[in-house]
Parts: sequence; C-alpha cells; structure tokens
Amino acid sequence: MPKLRINGTEVEVPPGTNLIEAARKVGVEIPHYCYHPGLSVAGQCRLCMVDIEKTPRPTIACNTQAVEGMVVWTETDRVKETRRSVMEFHLINHPLDCPVCDQAGECWLQIYYMQHGLYEPRMMDEKVHKPKAVPLGPHVILDAERCILCSRCVRFCDEITGTGELGIFHRGDHSEIGLFPGRELANTYSGNVVDICPVGALTDRDFRFQVRVWYLDAAKSICPGCARGCNIDVHVNRARRHHAEGRRVARLKPRVNADVNRWWICDAGRYGFTFVDDKTRLVMPSRRDGQAVTDVAWDDAVAAVAGALERAAPGEVAVVASAKMANEDLWALRRLLVHRGIQRVGFRVPPRVPGDDDTFLIKADKNPNSLGAELVGLEGDVRELLTAARARQVKVLWIFGHDLFESAWPEAEILGALRGAETVIFTGTNANATSERARWVLPAAAWVEREGTYTNFQGRVQRFRQAVEPLGQALAEWDILGRVLQALGAEAPPPRAERWLRELADAVPAFAGLTYQAIGDAGAMVAR
Amino acid sequence: MTGEKILTRNFGRADSHTLSAYLETGGYTAWQKAQAMEPAAITEEVKQSNLRGLGGAGFPTGTKWAFIPKNHTGPVYLVINADEGEPGTFKDRYLLEREPHALIEGMLVAARAVRSATGFVYVRGEYVEPWRRFSAAVREAYDAGYLGHGFDVVVHRGAGAYICGEETGLISSLEGKKGWPKVKPPFPAIKGAFGMPTIVNNVETICHVPHIVNRGAAWFASLGTKTQGGTRIFSVSGRVRKPGIYEASVAITLRALIDDLAGGVAGNGRLKAVVPGGSSAAILRFDEIDVTMDVDGLRNAGTMAGSAGVIVMDETVSIPEALMVVARFYAHESCGQCTPCRESTGWIYQMTKRIVEGRGRKDDLDTILDVARRGAGTTICAFYDGAVGPYISYIEKFRAEFEALIPK
Repeated sequence: MPKLRINGTEVEVPPGTNLIEAARKVGVEIPHYCYHPGLSVAGQCRLCMVDIEKTPRPTIACNTQAVEGMVVWTETDRVKETRRSVMEFHLINHPLDCPVCDQAGECWLQIYYMQHGLYEPRMMDEKVHKPKAVPLGPHVILDAERCILCSRCVRFCDEITGTGELGIFHRGDHSEIGLFPGRELANTYSGNVVDICPVGALTDRDFRFQVRVWYLDAAKSICPGCARGCNIDVHVNRARRHHAEGRRVARLKPRVNADVNRWWICDAGRYGFTFVDDKTRLVMPSRRDGQAVTDVAWDDAVAAVAGALERAAPGEVAVVASAKMANEDLWALRRLLVHRGIQRVGFRVPPRVPGDDDTFLIKADKNPNSLGAELVGLEGDVRELLTAARARQVKVLWIFGHDLFESAWPEAEILGALRGAETVIFTGTNANATSERARWVLPAAAWVEREGTYTNFQGRVQRFRQAVEPLGQALAEWDILGRVLQALGAEAPPPRAERWLRELADAVPAFAGLTYQAIGDAGAMVAR
Repeated sequence: MTGEKILTRNFGRADSHTLSAYLETGGYTAWQKAQAMEPAAITEEVKQSNLRGLGGAGFPTGTKWAFIPKNHTGPVYLVINADEGEPGTFKDRYLLEREPHALIEGMLVAARAVRSATGFVYVRGEYVEPWRRFSAAVREAYDAGYLGHGFDVVVHRGAGAYICGEETGLISSLEGKKGWPKVKPPFPAIKGAFGMPTIVNNVETICHVPHIVNRGAAWFASLGTKTQGGTRIFSVSGRVRKPGIYEASVAITLRALIDDLAGGVAGNGRLKAVVPGGSSAAILRFDEIDVTMDVDGLRNAGTMAGSAGVIVMDETVSIPEALMVVARFYAHESCGQCTPCRESTGWIYQMTKRIVEGRGRKDDLDTILDVARRGAGTTICAFYDGAVGPYISYIEKFRAEFEALIPK
C-alpha cells in the first residue's frame, strides 16, 4: 500500500486511491464538482487542483493516483489562486439567482465561493442564456443556466442505470445538459441525479419550493420500501410546517452504505413516504359497531383487546403479522404469542401484483423485514389461518398492517375470514379496506415517528431513528403489544425500543450481541 | 534555400495520386525494405532521423512509437490524424489529394514498427475531395495487395469539429462518442482507441517515413537542424503575393519563406506581423522574423512551429480585429468540457468584440491577459493553451493599437 504525505501528514492508502480520497483520510477536503466516488473520473471541473512536489504545475487530484513517496500540498498560494480562478470561470455565466433557487443552502457554488472564491466579479458582459424549468421526467426538472456541466448526471445514467437518457449538447459556453431525442428521464433511479447535482440545475419536482433547506432537520433511517433496506436520511420540516401545507416529511435522501446501497436509492423508495402524512392515517384507537366508529382511550382499547385474547382459547386466536414491522415489534409479538400459547401466526401475504425487481437495488419483496420476521420465529401459513377463520375456528383475528384485499387471494376468502372471526383487531398506520372491517383499530406510528431496526435480505440489522412525533395517539407496535402484554399480566415489558432489541438479542441466537450501539450507522449482520 | 522536394516531388504530375504514378517514382520500395527490418530497427531509424510530429506538438515520432508497451498482446492501433483544422493550415489536404500512396506506404511501415494490424485515417469532414482521392488510393492498395495482408486501413470521416484534431478528442470521435479529449493519464500509447495502445500521427509525419526508410536516417536528419530533421510543408496565407504551400527545410528562416518563396508581402507591401505556426501560435512582429522555422527555433522565439501554417499580415491589417476573429474561433470550437476553457473563451471573445466595436472598457485588456494566464495550463487538452497564445501575444505586442480603440 503506497504511503504518501498530504499537507505534511503521512497516510497509507490502498493502491489506486486517488488524491481526493487519500486526502479525506487525513481530514483534508479537496474541493471538487465533477468527481464522485461512485462514478468514473471526468476531470472536467478543474477545481480539485493540488500541488505535487516535483510536478511543474497544479494537477487535478481526482485523476491522480496516490503513489509511494508522493508529497502533496493542497493549500499552497498557487493552488488557492487556481481555485479562485476556476470558481470565477464557473460563475461567469451562472445566473446568480440564489434567492429563487431551490438549491440555495446546499449549493456547492455558494459553499465554494465562500470558502475559495471571494473575488471581485469582473464579468460585465451579457451572460449566455439557456433553457430554464425544463421537466426531464416525472421527478426531475432542469435549469440549464445554473448547470456547471460537471456531467455527473450524464455519467450516472450511462454508468449506473445504463439507460443513457442524458447528454451534453452543443459546444463551448453554449454546452447544455439535455435529453436525447424522444427520451425521458424516467428510469427507476432518476431521483439520484438531483442528489449528485452539486448546484441548482437539477431539482426535485416533488420537493422544490416546499421549504428552504435550512429549515430541515434530518434523521438517519432505513428505507422501508423493500427487502434491501437502503440507508437514507429523512428530512423533515418541523420549523416551517405552514410552508408545505402541513407536510412533515419533506424528502428522503440516500445515505452512503457501501454494503447495501452505496450512494443511491430507487425512486419508488425516495417518493414512497407519502403515506406518513396522508389523510388516511389512523390517529386514535377506535371501536367499530356496525357503521358507527367511536374513538376510545388507549387504556380502554388495550383492556378490550386483552379481554378478547383472554376469553379465547389459544387455538382460537390467529395473528397475521407483517414484515413491515420492526424487529422490536416482532419480538414483542412473539412474546405475546408465547405468553398466551398462540400457535396460529404468519406474516407472508402475497401481493396481488408481484413486486418488481432488478439486479441493482430493487428487491421483489416489498417488505423491509421479512428475514427479521422469519428469524424471530413468526413463519406460518397465513392462508390456512384465514381458512380457519372462515370456518369459524378463530375467535380473535389480529391483523398487522396488511390490507388483505390487496393480496393475491380471492376477495371472497378474505371477506369470509373477516366475517368468520368474532373479533377482528387491526393495527397499522393507515386505514384500508381491512381496517374498515375491524372491530378494534389500534393506530401504529409510522417508521419515521419511532425507533427500530429492520433485518434486510442480506441479514444486516439496520437501525432507523425517530424524525418526527407520531401523529395523534399512534404508538409503535412494540408499545401497543407491551401494553397488551401488561394487561395480560406478563412481567413488565421494556419501556424503549432499544430494550426490546436487547431482549431479542438475548433470546434469539441470530441476534446475539446486537445492540443499538453495535449496529451503529452502518448496520450489523445477524449470526447465521 | 528551397532544396530538394521530397513530399511534394510529384505534385507537378496530374496523375500523382494514382498507384501507377507512385510506383514509377519509387513507390512502395520502402515497404519492401521495411519488411526485411525488425520493428525495433524501424523505430530506431525514425528516432535517428529526428523526425518530429508535424501536426502541431512537434513530439519526436520514433520516441512516441517506442511508448507502446512491449508486453502488450492485444491489438495496437495506428491512427492518422487527417483532421487538419488549424486555421492557416492546408498541407495535409494536398498530401491526401496528390500523394495518398505515400501515406499508405508510411502507414504500412509505421504499423510494422508498432505491430499494428489496423490503421484508421480520420479525415476532416470538410475534406471531401481529399477523402475521395485517399479512399480511391486505399482501394488501389487493396487491389494491388499492399493492404489486406496483415494490415487494414479504415477511412473515417469527421463531422467538422476542430477539437477532433486533438489526439484524444479524435480517438473519442473515432470511438463514436462526442469528440471530447480524454483525461491523461492514461496516454493513448498505453490506452487509446477502443481501450488499446494507440499511436496517433499526423498525415505529413507519416508521409516522411518511406523516405527515411529508403534513404536513411542520417540523410533525413541532415536536411534540418540538430534537433529536427527533414523538410516540411509550410502553408502560407494572408498578405503575401503568392499564397500557397511550400516544401522547405525546417531550417529555413521565416523571412526567406515569406520573401523568397511566397513572393513577398502583399497589401501595402510593409509587413506588420506574422503568425508562424497556425492560429494557436503566438504572433511575431515584423522585426522578429529572422528565425528558423524548426520546432526549437520558434520555441526559442516565444512562439511555436505548430502546424507550420504561416499567416502574414501587412500594415493595413487591424490586430484587434484579427484577435477578435481568432477569439471567435476558439469560443466557437471549445468543446465545453473543461470549465476554464468553456467559460473564458466566450468571455474573451465578448471583450475583444466590444473593443473592436468601440465599446471597450479601461480594464478589458488587463482582464483578458489575466484571465488567459489564469486559465492556461489548467485544462485537459492543449486547446486552451493554443487560444492563450494569440490572446496574450496580440495584446502584449500591439497594445497601443488596442488602447486606441478603447474610449477614454
């Protein structure tokens, strides 16, 4: 492994490491636009110049591999002067429309101008004009005047998705990003070009103009959209709720995890959070009598559910768990089942339309925690359980999250099961056709409203954190189940998600040793 | 001082482009000779001849050939740069039209030296007749069995972009991509066209190779200076009485080229300035033309031999207008890849245009000089450095003429 010195500090890096990455290792940030670790080297923006001893003039760091004995200086006078010049070149044809630009606050032109530019503008001539507000596809909109032609988006579509929708057209200062004729930027990962665009050229049609980015808070999280469990940041708007008509989750952004999703997430995941602030959210425990629905207090609902479970023999209770529940929830459920001796359980409900997948990130299993549910021991035949309910062998049928009417099974079977059970309990975040046939509805907090972990298809246990408060009186499933357990006389259930995971880790060998601390930001593998 | 004509010796014949005429004057004998030589011996001969690239950069040709990795086992490509686009340069056009078989024979020899089985000839899009003539010669060479037995030639036409004459821009274009120069390293000799080791040589450079093989390196070297052998074809244009192409030793002086070969200065008859090596070369004043035209002679004079496109300006020529035209060219032809070049070529053109139109600002000249110096050497390819040559030299050498146009 080559050893080199960067600004006087020695560092050893794997062969092939470029100087931007090598500098990062010693905490030196070399400013750059076109370089992105997930894409090929373009060497176009010319900002990442550094001085290398025995080299006559500053050299781009992105295309220079670290070699043994190299001596690199990133803050010499001529490097700083070159950076200042390149910043001036980047900005002479830029519209400087920051006050109306959605990127303001997270724009690398602004950041680098303040850090490395700070020159007196000399450009007094008419700027080059280019197309503005051009929709490229369902999610992305282009302002070609703000574009600095770093080509990251073009390389993303060429190298990552292989779809090649984008190109750079024309020449010189008339160069502009655009779609090839007849194409639309509609691939399943299109939103990523907004993330990698360092300026306000590509913005998100869903997010833009909602709220200024400096009002956002972020929480580290995991995408619940499929079994991959892409690492994300949840950006929430708590400070200026009126700016987005009450919408709290402003956007999801990928969070780098080399072992799971690298720098990317799919569009389905990125834009799949709307249920959180949807009008169908369940916010109060309620009881249905025919057409009449009455909100009830949690204590009353918990007592009623516990009473129903107590009145039924263990064989007369059936539970349809969900692989959308966190490991903590699943373990709480498992404890309830054991406590009551309940055998009829399962979690796999085949969707009517099979999930799409690809060879990159998207998995056909649209649940984030199927492996977790399996390892916790909730495997069982849901269809058989429903058949039992239809045959009136089940008194209490507790359904978590699923809308069974969206399953691949015939509607008559579902209706028969829901009618056959004496008491149907539904726990979930949003109302659906199934919840509307339940006697008791217990509202669950959405994943961004609570703590928890999912086990992805690789066996990686990954942690998601609370970004906003639960809507209304919704509670995490582990909390609901804990209250029911307590009402049933079980020993005191853990008061926090973290403690539920500890219990799980102590009880199930696959999870042995896992704690929130051990899982960290990058996740940890289950023992297998 | 005119000396022996080598490349242009057959230009007087109306049928010089045909195989029969080429054979009559000793064509393809060098190829016969080369087939008995070891590849390394051919490269060594070319090294000893002091042949330097005649497309613009003046890099020693034999040295370039020796860059091909010795242990490489896949294909090696020989690419001929016939994208002659440097303003003021029109020599390769004549070679393609009038001596196409010299290029083919030179390619056969060069291909043997670098162990290439495929050659590409990238012909400038606007060169229709040269392309026709050269393609016909390629067909003749196939029919006669020179090509197709271990070496094939593919003729590829460009689409009219100056940047495709830059060797890696040419390779990108040849590969079917936008003609953007590539970041180096890797250099083409290591990873060039289609990812394979590639030698890119200019038309005129390769046309010299058969003569070097036939008559020896020492003979070729003796025609020029200590560091550059041979003759080259000078394209002389602008205010001279006899504009055209002139083959002469690289050791000829600029003054002799203008006065003795090109018939002297036209216009008002008094020389103001000369651009000696295509538009990217720094301009020389009337009193700076006693220089030899070889690569090092012109480098020492603060300019460059470039493509040997000599543009002569008499006293009636406006230097600010000339700079505006040059600046417009570079703004139009910048590929747009690197930020300094993309943004500042257009900016500098706007400033020169304002000055010529009488709307210059007091700071414009210093801004142009500063911008040009800051951008120089910061880009992927040499295009911007080529633009900086005129930006700086026109203003530094004729500043008063610019200042006179700027309102007080």
